[in-house]
Amino acid sequence: MAQVYGNDFGTPDQQPGRPQMPPGPADLDPETFVELLADEDRVEPRDDMPAAYRKTLVRQIAQHAHSEIIGMQPEGNWISRAPSLKRKAILMAKVQDEAGHGLYLYSAAETLGVDRADLIDQLHSGRQKYSSIFNYPTLTWADVGAIGWLVDGAAITNQVPLCRCSYGPYSRAMVRVCKEESFHQRQGFEILWTLSHGSPAQRAMAQDAVDRYWWPSLMMFGPPDDDSPNSAQSMAWGIKRFSNDDLRQRFVDMTVPQSEALGLTLPDPEIRWNDERGHYDFGTIDFTELFEVVKGNGPCNAERMAHKVKAHEDGAWVREAAAAYAAKHAVAEGAA
Amino acid sequence: MEYVLGLADDALVTAQRMGWWISRAPELEEDVALANIGLDQLGQARSLLQHAGALEGDGRTEDDLAYWRDDRDFRCVHLVERPQTDFGVAMARLLILSAYQNELYAALLGSTDGVLSGVAGKAVKEVAYHLDHAHHWVVRLGDGTPESHARMQAALDAEWPFVEELFTPADPALVASGVAADPTALRGAVLDRIAKVVAEATLTLPEVAPRLGGGREGRHTEQLGYLLAEMQHLARSHPGARW
Repeated sequence: MAQVYGNDFGTPDQQPGRPQMPPGPADLDPETFVELLADEDRVEPRDDMPAAYRKTLVRQIAQHAHSEIIGMQPEGNWISRAPSLKRKAILMAKVQDEAGHGLYLYSAAETLGVDRADLIDQLHSGRQKYSSIFNYPTLTWADVGAIGWLVDGAAITNQVPLCRCSYGPYSRAMVRVCKEESFHQRQGFEILWTLSHGSPAQRAMAQDAVDRYWWPSLMMFGPPDDDSPNSAQSMAWGIKRFSNDDLRQRFVDMTVPQSEALGLTLPDPEIRWNDERGHYDFGTIDFTELFEVVKGNGPCNAERMAHKVKAHEDGAWVREAAAAYAAKHAVAEGAA
Repeated sequence: MEYVLGLADDALVTAQRMGWWISRAPELEEDVALANIGLDQLGQARSLLQHAGALEGDGRTEDDLAYWRDDRDFRCVHLVERPQTDFGVAMARLLILSAYQNELYAALLGSTDGVLSGVAGKAVKEVAYHLDHAHHWVVRLGDGTPESHARMQAALDAEWPFVEELFTPADPALVASGVAADPTALRGAVLDRIAKVVAEATLTLPEVAPRLGGGREGRHTEQLGYLLAEMQHLARSHPGARW
Protein backbone atom coordinates (compact mmCIF):
# COMPACT_ATOMS: atom_id res chain seq x y z
CA MET A 1 0.00 0.00 0.00
CA ALA A 2 2.30 2.73 1.15
CA GLN A 3 5.30 3.69 -0.92
CA VAL A 4 7.13 6.34 0.97
CA TYR A 5 9.08 5.55 3.99
CA GLY A 6 7.67 7.43 6.88
CA ASN A 7 4.55 8.09 4.83
CA ASP A 8 1.53 6.02 4.01
CA PHE A 9 -0.42 6.12 0.82
CA GLY A 10 -1.61 3.77 -1.89
CA THR A 11 -2.44 3.82 -5.56
CA PRO A 12 -6.12 4.18 -6.33
CA ASP A 13 -6.38 0.65 -7.74
CA GLN A 14 -4.69 -1.12 -4.88
CA GLN A 15 -6.48 -3.44 -2.53
CA PRO A 16 -5.89 -3.11 1.19
CA GLY A 17 -3.11 -5.32 2.51
CA ARG A 18 -4.09 -8.65 3.95
CA PRO A 19 -4.95 -8.16 7.61
CA GLN A 20 -2.40 -9.94 9.72
CA MET A 21 -3.08 -8.47 13.11
CA PRO A 22 -3.11 -10.54 16.23
CA PRO A 23 -5.57 -9.19 18.76
CA GLY A 24 -4.02 -6.48 20.90
CA PRO A 25 -4.40 -6.23 24.65
CA ALA A 26 -7.88 -4.94 23.84
CA ASP A 27 -9.50 -3.25 20.91
CA LEU A 28 -10.36 0.23 22.00
CA ASP A 29 -13.26 1.97 20.34
CA PRO A 30 -11.88 4.62 18.00
CA GLU A 31 -13.79 7.54 19.56
CA THR A 32 -12.45 6.99 23.06
CA PHE A 33 -9.02 6.55 21.55
CA VAL A 34 -9.10 9.89 19.76
CA GLU A 35 -10.20 11.57 23.01
CA LEU A 36 -7.26 9.97 24.82
CA LEU A 37 -4.89 11.13 22.11
CA ALA A 38 -6.19 14.65 22.51
CA ASP A 39 -4.27 14.70 25.81
CA GLU A 40 -1.15 14.06 23.69
CA ASP A 41 -0.26 11.01 25.71
CA ARG A 42 1.93 8.54 23.91
CA VAL A 43 0.48 5.13 23.15
CA GLU A 44 2.67 2.31 24.44
CA PRO A 45 2.69 -1.38 23.46
CA ARG A 46 0.61 -2.57 26.43
CA ASP A 47 -2.02 0.13 26.03
CA ASP A 48 -5.41 -0.53 24.51
CA MET A 49 -5.73 0.71 20.97
CA PRO A 50 -8.16 0.32 18.09
CA ALA A 51 -7.39 -2.62 15.79
CA ALA A 52 -7.29 -0.29 12.82
CA TYR A 53 -4.69 1.94 14.52
CA ARG A 54 -2.54 -1.11 15.18
CA LYS A 55 -2.95 -2.28 11.61
CA THR A 56 -2.07 1.11 10.14
CA LEU A 57 1.03 1.37 12.30
CA VAL A 58 2.24 -2.12 11.48
CA ARG A 59 1.85 -1.41 7.80
CA GLN A 60 3.63 1.92 7.98
CA ILE A 61 6.48 0.82 10.25
CA ALA A 62 7.04 -2.39 8.26
CA GLN A 63 7.14 -0.47 5.01
CA HIS A 64 9.54 1.99 6.55
CA ALA A 65 11.77 -0.89 7.69
CA HIS A 66 11.60 -2.56 4.26
CA SER A 67 12.57 0.76 2.65
CA GLU A 68 15.68 0.99 4.79
CA ILE A 69 16.67 -2.54 3.82
CA ILE A 70 15.96 -2.25 0.09
CA GLY A 71 17.59 1.19 0.24
CA MET A 72 20.90 -0.53 1.05
CA GLN A 73 21.08 -1.78 -2.54
CA PRO A 74 21.28 1.34 -4.71
CA GLU A 75 24.03 2.84 -2.56
CA GLY A 76 25.65 -0.53 -1.89
CA ASN A 77 26.05 -0.64 -5.67
CA TRP A 78 28.91 1.89 -5.32
CA ILE A 79 30.78 0.48 -2.29
CA SER A 80 33.18 -1.50 -4.48
CA ARG A 81 33.84 1.49 -6.76
CA ALA A 82 33.92 4.44 -4.35
CA PRO A 83 36.59 6.78 -5.74
CA SER A 84 38.63 7.22 -2.54
CA LEU A 85 39.17 5.12 0.56
CA LYS A 86 37.61 7.83 2.73
CA ARG A 87 34.46 7.83 0.56
CA LYS A 88 34.41 4.04 0.65
CA ALA A 89 34.52 4.04 4.45
CA ILE A 90 31.78 6.68 4.70
CA LEU A 91 29.56 4.79 2.26
CA MET A 92 30.04 1.44 4.00
CA ALA A 93 29.14 3.09 7.31
CA LYS A 94 26.10 4.71 5.77
CA VAL A 95 24.74 1.51 4.27
CA GLN A 96 25.42 -0.16 7.60
CA ASP A 97 23.36 2.56 9.30
CA GLU A 98 20.47 1.70 7.01
CA ALA A 99 20.63 -1.93 8.14
CA GLY A 100 20.60 -0.61 11.70
CA HIS A 101 17.53 1.52 10.98
CA GLY A 102 15.82 -1.55 9.58
CA LEU A 103 16.61 -3.38 12.81
CA TYR A 104 15.16 -0.65 15.07
CA LEU A 105 12.06 -0.39 12.93
CA TYR A 106 11.38 -4.12 12.76
CA SER A 107 11.76 -4.13 16.54
CA ALA A 108 9.27 -1.26 16.82
CA ALA A 109 6.84 -3.22 14.62
CA GLU A 110 7.33 -6.31 16.78
CA THR A 111 6.03 -4.38 19.80
CA LEU A 112 2.69 -4.44 17.98
CA GLY A 113 2.55 -8.22 18.03
CA VAL A 114 3.98 -9.10 14.63
CA ASP A 115 7.10 -11.05 13.79
CA ARG A 116 10.03 -9.78 11.72
CA ALA A 117 10.20 -12.99 9.70
CA ASP A 118 6.53 -12.63 8.74
CA LEU A 119 7.03 -9.03 7.69
CA ILE A 120 10.00 -10.02 5.54
CA ASP A 121 7.91 -12.80 3.96
CA GLN A 122 5.26 -10.21 3.13
CA LEU A 123 7.91 -8.03 1.49
CA HIS A 124 9.23 -10.95 -0.53
CA SER A 125 5.78 -11.99 -1.69
CA GLY A 126 4.89 -8.42 -2.67
CA ARG A 127 2.14 -8.01 -0.05
CA GLN A 128 4.07 -5.21 1.60
CA LYS A 129 5.97 -2.53 -0.27
CA TYR A 130 8.95 -0.26 0.15
CA SER A 131 9.66 3.27 -1.00
CA SER A 132 9.54 3.54 -4.78
CA ILE A 133 12.55 5.82 -4.84
CA PHE A 134 14.78 2.78 -4.44
CA ASN A 135 13.52 1.39 -7.73
CA TYR A 136 15.65 3.95 -9.55
CA PRO A 137 19.19 2.95 -10.56
CA THR A 138 22.41 4.52 -9.26
CA LEU A 139 24.20 5.06 -12.55
CA THR A 140 27.14 7.19 -11.42
CA TRP A 141 29.02 8.06 -8.25
CA ALA A 142 27.12 11.36 -8.13
CA ASP A 143 23.92 9.39 -7.57
CA VAL A 144 25.27 8.45 -4.15
CA GLY A 145 25.47 12.18 -3.42
CA ALA A 146 22.03 12.88 -4.88
CA ILE A 147 20.47 10.11 -2.80
CA GLY A 148 22.05 11.52 0.34
CA TRP A 149 21.08 15.10 -0.39
CA LEU A 150 17.64 14.71 -1.97
CA VAL A 151 16.31 11.30 -0.97
CA ASP A 152 17.55 11.45 2.60
CA GLY A 153 16.53 15.11 2.70
CA ALA A 154 12.98 14.20 1.70
CA ALA A 155 13.00 11.31 4.15
CA ILE A 156 14.04 13.62 7.00
CA THR A 157 11.31 16.11 6.12
CA ASN A 158 8.83 13.25 6.40
CA GLN A 159 10.36 11.67 9.44
CA VAL A 160 11.12 14.56 11.77
CA PRO A 161 7.40 14.95 12.57
CA LEU A 162 7.29 11.20 13.25
CA CYS A 163 9.53 11.80 16.27
CA ARG A 164 6.28 13.15 17.80
CA CYS A 165 4.15 10.32 16.44
CA SER A 166 1.55 9.00 18.90
CA TYR A 167 3.08 5.51 19.08
CA GLY A 168 5.97 5.56 21.56
CA PRO A 169 8.29 2.87 20.16
CA TYR A 170 8.02 4.28 16.63
CA SER A 171 8.59 7.86 17.73
CA ARG A 172 11.63 6.91 19.82
CA ALA A 173 13.12 4.89 16.94
CA MET A 174 12.62 7.91 14.71
CA VAL A 175 14.59 10.20 17.01
CA ARG A 176 17.71 8.12 16.46
CA VAL A 177 16.99 7.46 12.79
CA CYS A 178 16.55 11.18 12.12
CA LYS A 179 19.87 12.07 13.74
CA GLU A 180 21.67 9.62 11.50
CA GLU A 181 19.70 10.61 8.39
CA SER A 182 20.57 14.21 8.98
CA PHE A 183 24.24 13.25 8.97
CA HIS A 184 23.69 11.28 5.75
CA GLN A 185 22.06 14.26 4.12
CA ARG A 186 25.06 16.45 4.88
CA GLN A 187 27.36 13.75 3.52
CA GLY A 188 25.35 13.67 0.29
CA PHE A 189 25.46 17.45 0.02
CA GLU A 190 29.22 17.38 0.56
CA ILE A 191 29.72 14.73 -2.17
CA LEU A 192 27.81 16.93 -4.62
CA TRP A 193 29.59 20.09 -3.47
CA THR A 194 32.96 18.45 -4.13
CA LEU A 195 31.79 17.28 -7.57
CA SER A 196 30.24 20.60 -8.51
CA HIS A 197 33.52 22.33 -7.61
CA GLY A 198 35.61 19.71 -9.41
CA SER A 199 36.41 19.02 -13.06
CA PRO A 200 33.87 19.70 -15.84
CA ALA A 201 33.20 15.95 -16.03
CA GLN A 202 32.54 15.76 -12.28
CA ARG A 203 30.27 18.78 -12.44
CA ALA A 204 28.30 17.24 -15.30
CA MET A 205 28.00 14.03 -13.33
CA ALA A 206 26.53 15.94 -10.37
CA GLN A 207 24.05 17.87 -12.52
CA ASP A 208 22.91 14.68 -14.27
CA ALA A 209 22.27 12.97 -10.93
CA VAL A 210 20.21 15.92 -9.67
CA ASP A 211 18.27 15.99 -12.94
CA ARG A 212 17.32 12.35 -12.51
CA TYR A 213 16.60 12.36 -8.77
CA TRP A 214 14.73 15.65 -8.33
CA TRP A 215 11.25 14.67 -9.47
CA PRO A 216 11.28 11.19 -7.93
CA SER A 217 12.31 12.84 -4.64
CA LEU A 218 9.30 15.16 -4.78
CA MET A 219 7.10 12.12 -5.40
CA MET A 220 8.36 10.55 -2.18
CA PHE A 221 5.82 12.68 -0.30
CA GLY A 222 2.96 10.85 -1.96
CA PRO A 223 0.02 12.03 -4.02
CA PRO A 224 -1.53 15.48 -3.59
CA ASP A 225 -3.67 15.93 -0.48
CA ASP A 226 -6.95 15.74 -2.40
CA ASP A 227 -5.94 12.28 -3.65
CA SER A 228 -4.57 10.77 -0.44
CA PRO A 229 -7.35 8.74 1.16
CA ASN A 230 -5.43 7.40 4.18
CA SER A 231 -4.00 10.72 5.31
CA ALA A 232 -6.97 12.12 7.25
CA GLN A 233 -7.27 9.05 9.47
CA SER A 234 -3.52 8.96 10.13
CA MET A 235 -3.62 12.63 11.10
CA ALA A 236 -6.55 12.10 13.48
CA TRP A 237 -4.56 9.33 15.15
CA GLY A 238 -1.43 11.42 15.55
CA ILE A 239 0.60 9.15 13.28
CA LYS A 240 0.87 11.81 10.63
CA ARG A 241 1.30 15.44 11.67
CA PHE A 242 1.42 17.29 8.35
CA SER A 243 -0.16 16.67 4.95
CA ASN A 244 1.76 15.36 1.94
CA ASP A 245 1.63 18.72 0.19
CA ASP A 246 2.75 20.65 3.28
CA LEU A 247 5.74 18.38 3.71
CA ARG A 248 6.58 18.58 0.01
CA GLN A 249 6.50 22.37 0.17
CA ARG A 250 8.72 22.33 3.23
CA PHE A 251 11.22 20.15 1.35
CA VAL A 252 11.24 22.44 -1.71
CA ASP A 253 11.71 25.50 0.49
CA MET A 254 14.67 23.88 2.21
CA THR A 255 16.25 22.47 -0.96
CA VAL A 256 16.13 25.35 -3.43
CA PRO A 257 18.63 27.53 -1.50
CA GLN A 258 20.86 24.48 -1.03
CA SER A 259 20.87 23.87 -4.80
CA GLU A 260 21.99 27.48 -5.27
CA ALA A 261 24.81 26.92 -2.79
CA LEU A 262 25.84 23.86 -4.78
CA GLY A 263 25.71 25.75 -8.04
CA LEU A 264 23.47 23.06 -9.51
CA THR A 265 20.18 23.61 -11.31
CA LEU A 266 16.98 21.89 -10.26
CA PRO A 267 15.27 20.60 -13.42
CA ASP A 268 12.10 22.68 -13.04
CA PRO A 269 11.88 26.04 -14.87
CA GLU A 270 8.85 26.98 -12.78
CA ILE A 271 10.73 27.16 -9.49
CA ARG A 272 10.63 30.75 -8.22
CA TRP A 273 10.11 32.50 -4.92
CA ASN A 274 6.50 33.60 -4.31
CA ASP A 275 6.47 36.58 -1.96
CA GLU A 276 2.75 36.41 -1.43
CA ARG A 277 2.79 32.77 -0.30
CA GLY A 278 6.14 33.02 1.42
CA HIS A 279 7.16 29.79 -0.36
CA TYR A 280 8.80 28.62 -3.55
CA ASP A 281 6.42 27.79 -6.37
CA PHE A 282 7.27 24.72 -8.39
CA GLY A 283 5.99 22.86 -11.44
CA THR A 284 3.32 20.20 -11.66
CA ILE A 285 4.42 16.71 -10.72
CA ASP A 286 3.60 13.96 -13.19
CA PHE A 287 2.34 11.28 -10.83
CA THR A 288 1.70 8.77 -13.60
CA GLU A 289 5.39 7.89 -13.35
CA LEU A 290 5.11 7.27 -9.62
CA PHE A 291 2.11 5.02 -10.06
CA GLU A 292 3.93 3.06 -12.76
CA VAL A 293 6.88 2.52 -10.41
CA VAL A 294 4.50 1.60 -7.58
CA LYS A 295 2.85 -0.97 -9.84
CA GLY A 296 6.22 -2.61 -10.39
CA ASN A 297 7.19 -1.07 -13.70
CA GLY A 298 10.06 1.08 -12.43
CA PRO A 299 13.60 0.69 -13.74
CA CYS A 300 14.81 -1.60 -10.93
CA ASN A 301 11.77 -3.10 -9.14
CA ALA A 302 12.53 -6.62 -10.36
CA GLU A 303 16.26 -6.38 -9.61
CA ARG A 304 15.76 -5.03 -6.08
CA MET A 305 13.38 -7.83 -5.14
CA ALA A 306 15.47 -10.50 -6.85
CA HIS A 307 18.57 -9.35 -4.95
CA LYS A 308 16.73 -9.37 -1.63
CA VAL A 309 15.04 -12.73 -2.17
CA LYS A 310 18.27 -14.34 -3.38
CA ALA A 311 20.19 -13.13 -0.32
CA HIS A 312 17.43 -14.51 1.89
CA GLU A 313 17.34 -17.87 0.14
CA ASP A 314 21.13 -18.17 -0.03
CA GLY A 315 21.23 -17.58 3.73
CA ALA A 316 18.58 -20.15 4.61
CA TRP A 317 21.09 -22.91 5.37
CA VAL A 318 22.96 -20.54 7.70
CA ARG A 319 19.83 -19.57 9.65
CA GLU A 320 18.77 -23.23 9.86
CA ALA A 321 22.21 -24.19 11.15
CA ALA A 322 22.15 -21.44 13.78
CA ALA A 323 18.71 -22.58 14.96
CA ALA A 324 19.78 -26.24 15.02
CA TYR A 325 22.94 -25.39 16.95
CA ALA A 326 21.01 -23.31 19.48
CA ALA A 327 18.41 -26.05 19.94
CA LYS A 328 21.05 -28.74 20.34
CA HIS A 329 22.92 -26.76 22.96
CA ALA A 330 19.79 -25.68 24.79
CA VAL A 331 18.92 -29.38 25.14
CA ALA A 332 22.47 -30.19 26.23
CA GLU A 333 22.42 -27.44 28.84
CA GLY A 334 19.00 -28.49 30.07
CA ALA A 335 20.19 -32.07 30.48
CA ALA A 336 23.34 -31.06 32.34
CA MET B 1 57.71 -0.24 2.77
CA GLU B 2 57.15 -3.64 1.12
CA TYR B 3 56.45 -5.20 4.49
CA VAL B 4 53.91 -2.53 5.43
CA LEU B 5 52.28 -2.82 2.01
CA GLY B 6 51.80 -6.53 2.61
CA LEU B 7 49.87 -5.84 5.82
CA ALA B 8 47.95 -2.97 4.20
CA ASP B 9 46.98 -4.88 1.08
CA ASP B 10 45.73 -7.91 3.04
CA ALA B 11 43.41 -5.56 4.92
CA LEU B 12 42.36 -3.51 1.88
CA VAL B 13 41.47 -6.49 -0.26
CA THR B 14 39.65 -8.10 2.67
CA ALA B 15 37.60 -4.91 3.11
CA GLN B 16 36.79 -4.90 -0.59
CA ARG B 17 35.57 -8.52 -0.46
CA MET B 18 33.66 -7.90 2.78
CA GLY B 19 31.86 -4.91 1.26
CA TRP B 20 30.19 -7.29 -1.19
CA TRP B 21 28.28 -8.88 1.71
CA ILE B 22 26.53 -5.70 2.80
CA SER B 23 22.89 -6.29 1.73
CA ARG B 24 23.56 -9.97 1.00
CA ALA B 25 24.09 -11.47 4.48
CA PRO B 26 21.92 -14.30 5.86
CA GLU B 27 20.46 -12.03 8.57
CA LEU B 28 20.18 -8.29 9.02
CA GLU B 29 22.37 -8.46 12.12
CA GLU B 30 25.03 -10.09 9.98
CA ASP B 31 24.88 -7.28 7.40
CA VAL B 32 25.77 -4.96 10.27
CA ALA B 33 28.51 -7.22 11.60
CA LEU B 34 30.19 -7.84 8.25
CA ALA B 35 30.07 -4.13 7.47
CA ASN B 36 31.80 -3.51 10.80
CA ILE B 37 34.52 -6.02 10.02
CA GLY B 38 34.98 -4.54 6.56
CA LEU B 39 35.21 -1.05 8.04
CA ASP B 40 37.80 -2.16 10.59
CA GLN B 41 39.91 -3.74 7.86
CA LEU B 42 39.55 -0.66 5.68
CA GLY B 43 40.61 1.55 8.59
CA GLN B 44 43.70 -0.61 9.18
CA ALA B 45 44.49 -0.50 5.46
CA ARG B 46 44.25 3.29 5.36
CA SER B 47 46.59 3.79 8.33
CA LEU B 48 49.07 1.32 6.91
CA LEU B 49 48.97 2.78 3.40
CA GLN B 50 49.55 6.27 4.78
CA HIS B 51 52.52 4.88 6.67
CA ALA B 52 53.85 3.09 3.57
CA GLY B 53 53.59 6.34 1.63
CA ALA B 54 55.48 8.18 4.35
CA LEU B 55 58.20 5.51 4.45
CA GLU B 56 58.59 5.77 0.69
CA GLY B 57 58.95 9.52 0.93
CA ASP B 58 57.67 10.36 -2.55
CA GLY B 59 54.46 11.98 -1.34
CA ARG B 60 52.14 9.16 -2.37
CA THR B 61 48.85 9.18 -0.44
CA GLU B 62 46.69 6.26 0.67
CA ASP B 63 44.58 6.77 -2.47
CA ASP B 64 47.61 6.91 -4.76
CA LEU B 65 48.67 3.55 -3.36
CA ALA B 66 45.20 1.99 -3.39
CA TYR B 67 44.00 3.23 -6.77
CA TRP B 68 47.07 3.78 -8.89
CA ARG B 69 49.17 0.68 -8.27
CA ASP B 70 48.74 -2.24 -10.69
CA ASP B 71 48.21 -5.75 -9.42
CA ARG B 72 51.88 -6.70 -9.76
CA ASP B 73 52.67 -4.00 -7.22
CA PHE B 74 50.20 -5.30 -4.64
CA ARG B 75 51.63 -7.38 -1.81
CA CYS B 76 48.58 -9.24 -0.44
CA VAL B 77 48.36 -13.01 -0.01
CA HIS B 78 46.20 -15.22 -2.23
CA LEU B 79 43.94 -16.11 0.72
CA VAL B 80 42.20 -12.74 0.63
CA GLU B 81 42.04 -12.25 -3.13
CA ARG B 82 39.45 -14.75 -4.33
CA PRO B 83 35.70 -14.05 -4.34
CA GLN B 84 33.85 -15.21 -1.25
CA THR B 85 30.20 -15.40 -2.14
CA ASP B 86 29.43 -18.40 0.09
CA PHE B 87 28.92 -17.59 3.75
CA GLY B 88 30.81 -20.70 4.85
CA VAL B 89 33.81 -19.68 2.75
CA ALA B 90 33.61 -16.15 4.14
CA MET B 91 33.68 -17.45 7.70
CA ALA B 92 36.43 -20.02 7.07
CA ARG B 93 38.56 -17.30 5.53
CA LEU B 94 37.80 -14.85 8.30
CA LEU B 95 38.75 -17.45 10.90
CA ILE B 96 42.10 -18.04 9.22
CA LEU B 97 42.83 -14.39 8.55
CA SER B 98 41.78 -13.11 11.95
CA ALA B 99 43.67 -15.86 13.80
CA TYR B 100 46.74 -14.74 11.85
CA GLN B 101 46.14 -11.00 12.29
CA ASN B 102 45.48 -11.54 15.98
CA GLU B 103 48.99 -12.96 16.49
CA LEU B 104 50.49 -10.53 14.02
CA TYR B 105 49.22 -7.37 15.65
CA ALA B 106 49.94 -8.70 19.12
CA ALA B 107 53.55 -9.16 18.02
CA LEU B 108 53.65 -5.75 16.35
CA LEU B 109 52.66 -4.04 19.60
CA GLY B 110 56.38 -4.27 20.36
CA SER B 111 57.53 -3.07 16.94
CA THR B 112 60.39 -0.58 16.96
CA ASP B 113 58.43 1.31 14.29
CA GLY B 114 56.22 3.59 16.39
CA VAL B 115 53.54 3.92 13.75
CA LEU B 116 53.29 0.16 13.29
CA SER B 117 52.99 -0.41 17.01
CA GLY B 118 50.35 2.32 17.19
CA VAL B 119 48.30 0.79 14.37
CA ALA B 120 48.69 -2.60 16.02
CA GLY B 121 47.39 -1.24 19.32
CA LYS B 122 44.06 -0.38 17.73
CA ALA B 123 43.93 -3.28 15.29
CA VAL B 124 44.60 -5.98 17.87
CA LYS B 125 41.31 -5.17 19.59
CA GLU B 126 39.42 -5.13 16.31
CA VAL B 127 40.73 -8.43 15.02
CA ALA B 128 40.01 -10.07 18.37
CA TYR B 129 36.36 -9.29 17.66
CA HIS B 130 36.66 -10.62 14.09
CA LEU B 131 38.18 -13.82 15.41
CA ASP B 132 35.41 -14.17 17.96
CA HIS B 133 32.77 -13.62 15.28
CA ALA B 134 34.32 -16.16 12.89
CA HIS B 135 34.84 -18.63 15.74
CA HIS B 136 31.16 -18.57 16.66
CA TRP B 137 29.95 -18.95 13.09
CA VAL B 138 32.35 -21.77 12.24
CA VAL B 139 31.17 -23.63 15.33
CA ARG B 140 27.47 -23.01 14.64
CA LEU B 141 27.81 -24.07 11.02
CA GLY B 142 30.07 -27.03 11.73
CA ASP B 143 27.87 -28.29 14.53
CA GLY B 144 24.53 -27.17 13.05
CA THR B 145 22.71 -29.25 10.46
CA PRO B 146 24.17 -32.05 8.28
CA GLU B 147 24.06 -29.64 5.34
CA SER B 148 25.86 -26.85 7.17
CA HIS B 149 28.45 -29.31 8.49
CA ALA B 150 29.20 -30.48 4.96
CA ARG B 151 29.30 -26.94 3.59
CA MET B 152 31.52 -25.64 6.38
CA GLN B 153 33.94 -28.55 5.90
CA ALA B 154 34.01 -27.91 2.14
CA ALA B 155 34.70 -24.23 2.79
CA LEU B 156 37.55 -25.02 5.15
CA ASP B 157 38.98 -27.49 2.62
CA ALA B 158 38.80 -24.81 -0.08
CA GLU B 159 40.62 -22.18 2.00
CA TRP B 160 43.22 -24.40 3.62
CA PRO B 161 45.74 -24.55 0.72
CA PHE B 162 46.15 -20.77 1.13
CA VAL B 163 47.10 -20.81 4.82
CA GLU B 164 50.85 -21.44 4.52
CA GLU B 165 51.47 -18.33 2.43
CA LEU B 166 50.64 -16.23 5.49
CA PHE B 167 53.89 -17.44 7.06
CA THR B 168 56.16 -16.44 4.17
CA PRO B 169 59.35 -15.11 5.77
CA ALA B 170 59.73 -11.34 5.92
CA ASP B 171 62.90 -9.36 5.18
CA PRO B 172 65.38 -10.70 7.80
CA ALA B 173 66.82 -7.22 8.34
CA LEU B 174 63.40 -5.86 9.32
CA VAL B 175 62.82 -8.76 11.69
CA ALA B 176 66.28 -8.32 13.21
CA SER B 177 65.74 -4.61 13.78
CA GLY B 178 62.43 -5.27 15.52
CA VAL B 179 60.30 -3.46 12.91
CA ALA B 180 58.56 -6.54 11.49
CA ALA B 181 56.95 -9.47 13.27
CA ASP B 182 58.53 -12.67 11.97
CA PRO B 183 55.67 -14.46 10.15
CA THR B 184 57.27 -17.88 10.62
CA ALA B 185 57.18 -17.33 14.39
CA LEU B 186 53.42 -16.74 14.31
CA ARG B 187 52.65 -20.08 12.64
CA GLY B 188 52.38 -22.31 15.70
CA ALA B 189 50.00 -20.05 17.64
CA VAL B 190 47.82 -19.34 14.60
CA LEU B 191 47.42 -23.01 13.63
CA ASP B 192 46.81 -23.96 17.23
CA ARG B 193 44.05 -21.38 17.56
CA ILE B 194 42.37 -22.54 14.34
CA ALA B 195 42.68 -26.22 15.29
CA LYS B 196 40.79 -25.61 18.54
CA VAL B 197 37.92 -23.92 16.72
CA VAL B 198 37.81 -26.64 14.08
CA ALA B 199 37.62 -29.33 16.76
CA GLU B 200 34.87 -27.50 18.64
CA ALA B 201 32.98 -27.22 15.35
CA THR B 202 33.20 -31.03 14.91
CA LEU B 203 35.11 -30.43 11.68
CA THR B 204 38.36 -31.97 10.45
CA LEU B 205 41.55 -30.05 9.72
CA PRO B 206 42.16 -30.53 6.02
CA GLU B 207 45.23 -32.42 4.94
CA VAL B 208 46.01 -30.75 1.67
CA ALA B 209 49.23 -29.52 0.12
CA PRO B 210 49.74 -25.77 0.33
CA ARG B 211 49.46 -23.86 -2.91
CA LEU B 212 52.43 -21.99 -4.19
CA GLY B 213 51.92 -18.40 -3.11
CA GLY B 214 53.88 -15.42 -4.32
CA GLY B 215 51.55 -12.60 -3.33
CA ARG B 216 54.23 -10.90 -1.22
CA GLU B 217 56.36 -10.68 -4.39
CA GLY B 218 53.48 -9.47 -6.56
CA ARG B 219 52.51 -12.81 -8.15
CA HIS B 220 48.79 -13.00 -7.56
CA THR B 221 45.70 -14.99 -8.40
CA GLU B 222 43.89 -14.10 -11.61
CA GLN B 223 40.97 -12.83 -9.52
CA LEU B 224 42.92 -9.93 -8.01
CA GLY B 225 43.02 -8.17 -11.38
CA TYR B 226 39.22 -8.14 -11.57
CA LEU B 227 38.88 -6.91 -8.00
CA LEU B 228 41.28 -4.04 -8.68
CA ALA B 229 39.68 -3.22 -12.04
CA GLU B 230 36.37 -2.69 -10.28
CA MET B 231 37.83 -0.88 -7.29
CA GLN B 232 40.09 1.44 -9.30
CA HIS B 233 37.96 2.13 -12.35
CA LEU B 234 36.22 5.33 -11.30
CA ALA B 235 39.29 6.92 -9.72
CA ARG B 236 41.41 6.13 -12.78
CA SER B 237 38.76 7.50 -15.14
CA HIS B 238 39.35 10.97 -13.68
CA PRO B 239 43.09 11.50 -13.24
CA GLY B 240 43.85 14.31 -10.84
CA ALA B 241 40.27 14.65 -9.63
CA ARG B 242 39.44 15.25 -5.98
CA TRP B 243 36.46 13.41 -4.50
